[in-house]
Amino acid sequence: MATPVKADSPANTGTMATTSAIRVAQVKSKLKILSGPLIGLILLIVVLSFLSPVFLTPNNLVNILVQVSYIGIMAAGATLVIILGGIDLSVAAVLGFSFMVVAVTYQNLGWPFWLSILVGLAVGAGIGLVNGILIAYGNIQPFIATLATMFAATGLSLYLTNGTPILGLPDWFQGLSQIRWLGISLQVYLMIAVFVIAGLWLRFRPAGRSLYAIGSNEEVARLSGIRVKAMQLRVYALAGFLAAVAGLVVGARLNAAQPSAGNSSDLLAVIAAVVIGGASLAGGVGSMWGTFVGLLIIGVLNNGLTLLNVSPHLQPVVIGAVIILAVLSDGRLFSMFRRGRGTDAH
Amino acid sequence: MTESTTNRVLSAKGITKRYGANTVLHSIDFSIEAGSVVGLIGENGAGKSTLSSIIAGIKQPDEGAMTIDGVAYTPTGPLDALNSGVAIIHQEIKMIPELSVAENMFLGRLPTHRGRVATRQMVTEARAALEDLGVALDPRRPVAGLSTATQQEIEIARAILRRPSFVIFDEPSASLGQDETKRVLEQIEVLRSRGTGVVYISHRLDEISAIADRVFCLRDGRKVGEWPSADIDREGMIRAMVGRELALRNIEPPTPEDHVVATVEGLSSGRFEDISFELRRGEILGVSGLVGAGRTEIVRSLAGADRFTAGTVSVDGRRVRIRSVSDAIGAGIYMVPEDRKTQGLNLNRTSAENISLPWESRLVPRGFVTTRFLNRLKKRMTKELDIRGNLDRPVGLLSGGNQQKVLLAKWLVRTPKVLILDEPTRGVDVGAKEAIYEIIRDLATQGVAVIVVSSELEEVLMLSHRVMVIAGGRQKALLSRAEATPERVMQMAVS
Repeated sequence: MATPVKADSPANTGTMATTSAIRVAQVKSKLKILSGPLIGLILLIVVLSFLSPVFLTPNNLVNILVQVSYIGIMAAGATLVIILGGIDLSVAAVLGFSFMVVAVTYQNLGWPFWLSILVGLAVGAGIGLVNGILIAYGNIQPFIATLATMFAATGLSLYLTNGTPILGLPDWFQGLSQIRWLGISLQVYLMIAVFVIAGLWLRFRPAGRSLYAIGSNEEVARLSGIRVKAMQLRVYALAGFLAAVAGLVVGARLNAAQPSAGNSSDLLAVIAAVVIGGASLAGGVGSMWGTFVGLLIIGVLNNGLTLLNVSPHLQPVVIGAVIILAVLSDGRLFSMFRRGRGTDAH
Repeated sequence: MTESTTNRVLSAKGITKRYGANTVLHSIDFSIEAGSVVGLIGENGAGKSTLSSIIAGIKQPDEGAMTIDGVAYTPTGPLDALNSGVAIIHQEIKMIPELSVAENMFLGRLPTHRGRVATRQMVTEARAALEDLGVALDPRRPVAGLSTATQQEIEIARAILRRPSFVIFDEPSASLGQDETKRVLEQIEVLRSRGTGVVYISHRLDEISAIADRVFCLRDGRKVGEWPSADIDREGMIRAMVGRELALRNIEPPTPEDHVVATVEGLSSGRFEDISFELRRGEILGVSGLVGAGRTEIVRSLAGADRFTAGTVSVDGRRVRIRSVSDAIGAGIYMVPEDRKTQGLNLNRTSAENISLPWESRLVPRGFVTTRFLNRLKKRMTKELDIRGNLDRPVGLLSGGNQQKVLLAKWLVRTPKVLILDEPTRGVDVGAKEAIYEIIRDLATQGVAVIVVSSELEEVLMLSHRVMVIAGGRQKALLSRAEATPERVMQMAVS
């Protein structure tokens, strides 16, 4: 800590734990760019480049970005939800279902593809809105509400086509996934654009900034004139919309609507990216940049482990270990240990 | 405990407690005698709770020693203290609603018989303790649904289960009504007659006068004095606590203007009924009443924090629809909530961010909230309210007084038409209190109508042009400054 705390009577402010957690949050915010996760990422890259000669090649690096792009688009939305203090378990299922709707309206109903795309996006946003309504007005816990929509969306996805994939999508759509500019795919630029726009909104726009307030203390935010319920609806709808966008990305790449697209390992990757990036599941903490770094860590890990011929079954184990490391380095856990020493309120 | 509890003395000498650079108790000598009640008085932050925590084994002193009947008493924790015969009844009662009364009373030390909880034994003992205090309650029923006052009685029964020699009551009547407080005092009387030594901590000086044999006063962590209860009166106690005459009592607030800025008519909800009053520009309206009377509920409805079911609000002659805090802010009605830590401020965020929160969407509707914007806001409010401390650190690190100033700054970024202050000086030291009174007066001079809800009668009477007294959710009186004597207000508050 740069400056020692002066006699500002911290005794009056509550538990020792709060004071420690606050100071850790302070230090963390000062190190916003050069954060733990970034250092971890750099270390990972260095280590892997030694372990595998193929790793640091441009082709491989671009490959990593392409592979994580759809996760990244979802993770941006998930970051907003988590900063708000909620969670969205339905994103992966919405990815699959919304694109299934696109394919079904195109193939079975004969609608023009551009219209199908719009409908798919609307469905994604719609499911997000349903989540928001259940949570904001139904007072259902986010975990439960989005778990329910997750099951519903997964089921509907299978129901629409009886479990069979839909092929025969327009060529130009598949072509989108092939477009490269400066050797990098369109989807990567899309992901980056999402991160940049969401990041700017989160940092600079009043509405985006209010997410931190709501996540820190919803009641304080409400009593400050923030329209909390409206914000909740907005953010969950946005998360659903972005999941639908991710669905388009996946659909273009596979050139098919797979009922199995958007599964639980995708969901876990999304949440892992957000948590490794430094967001707190309790809300009020997080950033787009952090999630981006978390995303890259996951992509690099998966890629590196594959290059090193590690069994694919072990990869989730490694990711799990990284998540725990990431949370441990988040000061909150340290301050929880100190809480046991009693309070110093007067 | 089979020893007789008569003629025992708990003696604490030289008790000192520090938190970092801050000394909250300076070498205090304090004693409790069997069969006698000590009234411990002092302002918020004087050190009463800290001293009693140390005696009850919850905290450890940095210096000093305690003895019981000359034998060293060094409790390692509250359970250890209980074993030595010292019990404490806290201000904030935490019971587990799903568990029964008996289970709560025996929490942490459930009697077991061969590996299973001896429920029948537990219930019998619990019932005996409750009956002893004159409480009619089935110990088997869950605590959920019982009033705060009943929970308090359970807490007292819990504390005396082990027949302690000394019991400390930390502000027991803070959340109780008149009748319930009487019951507590009766129970203390029972304890005294049995030879238990009692410490009674309270802000309600009339209760102290009624029950205590001795009065012990702390100020800023130092002992101010100790007197037999008969030798000191209310004024004397206040003087000892505060260190000066409350001369402010006679300073007239600035004259309000004639223009009526707000009219409230027939405001009702589930918690209060038919509240009506007018506010003129520059007027300070005090809202008095006992805890639980509905004052906070009324002002929260006015500020859009809670819904009301009937009544109208008009600002500057025009009806306004208030269905959310955002609506109220739009109408120029702002509220500084009661609990600054859980309702007023986000402790993890910086002061600057807290101050700007309600205003970002209103002052920067189209652009970016930049560091420059925040800095300008920060500089202005720091100067206006004389806030000490770095505003770029989390606000949770500031002292209570400065936190309150940050909270006030948050609501003074724009000048309100009506500013509601709910317990503005709670948990604030004497110096900052004065500063806050200055701020309130300045606001009135500028034409802001101020509503002050406060449980400190002196404060309300000193600040207000008029006093509205609430009891049982009803508006009992709207007194002018001349009419508002402490006796009259109290009379209305308990009617």
